[in-house]
Amino acid sequence: MATRLPAVDAVLIGFGWTGAIMAQELTEAGLNVLALERGEWRDTPTDFAPTFAQDELRYYWRHELFQRLNHDTLTIRNKASETALPMRRLGSFLLGSGVGGAGVHWNGQVWRFLPSDLKARSHNLERYGKKAVPDDMTIQDYGVSYEDLEPYYDKFEYLCGVSGKAGNLKGVIQAGGDPFEGPRAREYPNPPLDMPYAPTLFGQAAAGLGRHPFPHPAANMSRPYTNPLGVQLGACTYCGFCEKYACGNYSKASAQTTILPVLMRKKNFTLKTNSEVVKINLSADGKTATGVTYIDDKGQEFEQPAELVVLSAYILHNVRLLLLSGIGKPYDPATGEGVVGRNYAYQITSSVNVFFDDKILNPFVGAGALGTIVNDFNGDNFDHSGLGFIGGGYVGLLQTGARPIETHNTPDGVPKWGAAWKAALARDYLKTTTISTHGAVMSHRGNYLDLDPTYKDALGRPLLRMTFDFTDNEHKMSDYLTDRAAEIGRAMGGREIKVNYRKGSWDVVPYQTTHNTGGAIMGDDPRTSFTNRYLQSWDVPNLFVLGATAFPQNAGYNPTGTVAALAYHAADAIKTRYLKAPHQSLVQA
Amino acid sequence: MARRPITFMLAALSAAAVVTYPASPGAQQAPAADPPVETQQVAYGRALAVIGDCEGCHDRPGGPPLAGGLPLNTPFGVIYSANITPDRETGIGTWTADDFWNALHRGVRANGSKLYPAFPYPYFTHVTREESDALYAYFRTVAPVSYRPPANKLPFPFNIRFLVTFWNMLNFKEDTAPTTGPTRGEHIVRGLGHCGACHTPKTLLGGDKTGHELEGGKLDNWFAPALTGDVRAGLGAWPAAAIAEYLKTGRNAHANASGPMGDVVAHSTSQMSGADVAAIATYLKSQTARLEPTPPATLDPKVMASGQAIYVDQCAACHAVDGKAAPTYFPPLPGAAVTQSRDPTTVIRFILSGTQTVATDARPTPLSMPSFAWKLDDAQVAAVATYVRNSWGNSAPAVSPGDVARLRRKVAAKPVQKPSARI
Repeated sequence: MATRLPAVDAVLIGFGWTGAIMAQELTEAGLNVLALERGEWRDTPTDFAPTFAQDELRYYWRHELFQRLNHDTLTIRNKASETALPMRRLGSFLLGSGVGGAGVHWNGQVWRFLPSDLKARSHNLERYGKKAVPDDMTIQDYGVSYEDLEPYYDKFEYLCGVSGKAGNLKGVIQAGGDPFEGPRAREYPNPPLDMPYAPTLFGQAAAGLGRHPFPHPAANMSRPYTNPLGVQLGACTYCGFCEKYACGNYSKASAQTTILPVLMRKKNFTLKTNSEVVKINLSADGKTATGVTYIDDKGQEFEQPAELVVLSAYILHNVRLLLLSGIGKPYDPATGEGVVGRNYAYQITSSVNVFFDDKILNPFVGAGALGTIVNDFNGDNFDHSGLGFIGGGYVGLLQTGARPIETHNTPDGVPKWGAAWKAALARDYLKTTTISTHGAVMSHRGNYLDLDPTYKDALGRPLLRMTFDFTDNEHKMSDYLTDRAAEIGRAMGGREIKVNYRKGSWDVVPYQTTHNTGGAIMGDDPRTSFTNRYLQSWDVPNLFVLGATAFPQNAGYNPTGTVAALAYHAADAIKTRYLKAPHQSLVQA
Repeated sequence: MARRPITFMLAALSAAAVVTYPASPGAQQAPAADPPVETQQVAYGRALAVIGDCEGCHDRPGGPPLAGGLPLNTPFGVIYSANITPDRETGIGTWTADDFWNALHRGVRANGSKLYPAFPYPYFTHVTREESDALYAYFRTVAPVSYRPPANKLPFPFNIRFLVTFWNMLNFKEDTAPTTGPTRGEHIVRGLGHCGACHTPKTLLGGDKTGHELEGGKLDNWFAPALTGDVRAGLGAWPAAAIAEYLKTGRNAHANASGPMGDVVAHSTSQMSGADVAAIATYLKSQTARLEPTPPATLDPKVMASGQAIYVDQCAACHAVDGKAAPTYFPPLPGAAVTQSRDPTTVIRFILSGTQTVATDARPTPLSMPSFAWKLDDAQVAAVATYVRNSWGNSAPAVSPGDVARLRRKVAAKPVQKPSARI
């Protein structure tokens, strides 16, 4: 029997980036806010101090910061005709756990989507005609424009102290920045990070080919920074342990290093950790969320009433909790009807290794978003006529730190083990670098999320089932990007290159990106979207669902900037409009 | 939308789940009901209680405000702070304003017995009667709490309160006509602020060393640096505005407040008025340089080389290879008094236990230094401490492995973080 607790104004389910952003905004508006986080409390001095944070075996190979799959995992298959199996170990994406969520172990790559990314359907139809979007490609417009989101992108970049160089200030193209980006109101808060040798060589080679290289925008501090909340971040030391690791030096933006010092001092905010929400409770008519039910680490069950419910967990958990709570119509790939689980998407990556004989590149010097990028082949920045695909991605040389257990690139023809492998690795480690491509995945009718009919978690609830594969569109696009990367790789002038195309079906084993999207998407039509443009549920107006869950399809950029901008956009609507007329839909369908 | 306050009853219901932020004093306190309108005298008393840092000693961790029970480690044993809420049984609910004045002014309790000078009446004797009455009026408004602190752990003969009479004869001089002068700063520093309780060296009996006011003192395995005008060991290099900034925000271009001074900043100085911290700064800047310059240390080049190697490997990520760090974020080491004090206790302790910059409203980030106790042995800590005490123009006596071992035994009980893996 659940213990019923006193009501709160707002309850947040999950306390990563979006939970912290929403808690900060709602407490500013005077609400009493409770955040429920199923994982542990985590903070810099106690959990990732610089005396032990850079431990490759502990954190990457043994997954210490990631979700505990013996408690809860998901089942995976490539297509509906297969039987999905539960994953004991994840590789392709690395789910977070605990306070700060996956934002603790991210790289700090902060991007804005292109204006055309946010209207992928109408834009491509308009430019390339009806044939460009096949029937089974279920892409949609977001329902918000780049102009709508610009102030919120800006707010997040200043919160995080992003290091970068603007390429488009109020429509005026800036030398040294990304000329393809949408117009921004002002420069980044910090200058770019110092550029190491390999990304510099990449930039020179790319420019020689007529591309437009610029420094990757990074939530790794190029200098000490105090954000608009008064929170202080230290300068990055280029230690090379961002991706898959937490930062011990206060140099990578996370909830801990940007918001929590202010939020945790507030009297009208409470955080409960080790508290897993098992259900969003609904009124008898199903039109109001009355609160949530959660279980603490001792197995005790609590009912937490709330006026406003914000689902701010990772996208896979958001979708699963909606399905488990019976909110919204589950998606059926046979009919194409239903909205929960619909339009799950991902990203597609590939790489090109460049081996030098005469250049010491010191690849261990690194930061999560340290590198040089070209966006000439991202989104619709290039003419897709006759290419047979839509979408694109960035090509870049990111020097994230060549951690020794993980990093052992050897040229074609070298054995995979033994004395010859060791000799090649010793010869090449300091003289090898890698160009990567990071491409969009469109949404398709057969890629979706639902509840697994067989496998259950530690609490006896069905696991989430993921049905996903790359389609021809993604492979054609990725191969095209990889060829462009190889051109730059050759122009860098090394001894040889090795081209690693992404071939075949999606495979959960090798790490790719933790950029899962969709499943409860935003849009203009309740028949094809779960939320309106403010991330408010069409069916249950006092429920908001944050995160990349809202993306109708994925773009060629890392998602966190857009995830945060959408959260701020929703928070602003709640503060300025929803609280004046609670339980009302902000958009009339 | 209905606005209902969350009560922190939730904490009790769901066990260990509610998170208190490390440097967020009082974060778990229930939001107070609308307080009754304060009289001018009560408001004055509340401000004086901030200046006196009453909560610094009379709040125990997690305990209700001013209910006492905090263990104070004195050289003579453990003394628990008193419950000064107006509870009639366990607090000071039966005390009159005269009783309160006698305690503050003379160190005598309502029942006539002597207070131990862990209660800093040698400073509070400079408090005026008007101020005492305001403090008394404020304490009457605090929620009464029934709580009896544990008995003091004082060995014979220190457990005989009567002996305080003799202590007083040697160490205590009653201010027979306290005034608010000569300056506001001096009145605070030498009176209610009781800065010398930590910052003035002590005699064997624990009294202030006469003639050595604010020259730095050792207490409870910390060394509080001198507040004199000395450039190396004191505040000589700090402009008055920097002192005020430190007291108000917990950091400035020279140092970050942490450890016991962090608590003082959190409970007291950051909540004082701007005029009061400025007055303190002005008074402290009037202190002359008077400590003997430390003779150039004779240093073992092998120890310095070892210390430098450890420093570059372990410390430079935050403090930078040149020691200049990032002022107001991570404190610079060149010129730092904590680094160069004649007594190295605090610098050794920082390395062993780590430390956390105080979070204030102006500067909410509790920037932290990790513990190296599990990572560096005594000789390594001694080498790196000696290195930072004697690099970039710094000069101070070398630290021996024995110094580190002694302190490690006393403070190593509770590491700041968990270095071991979950698996």
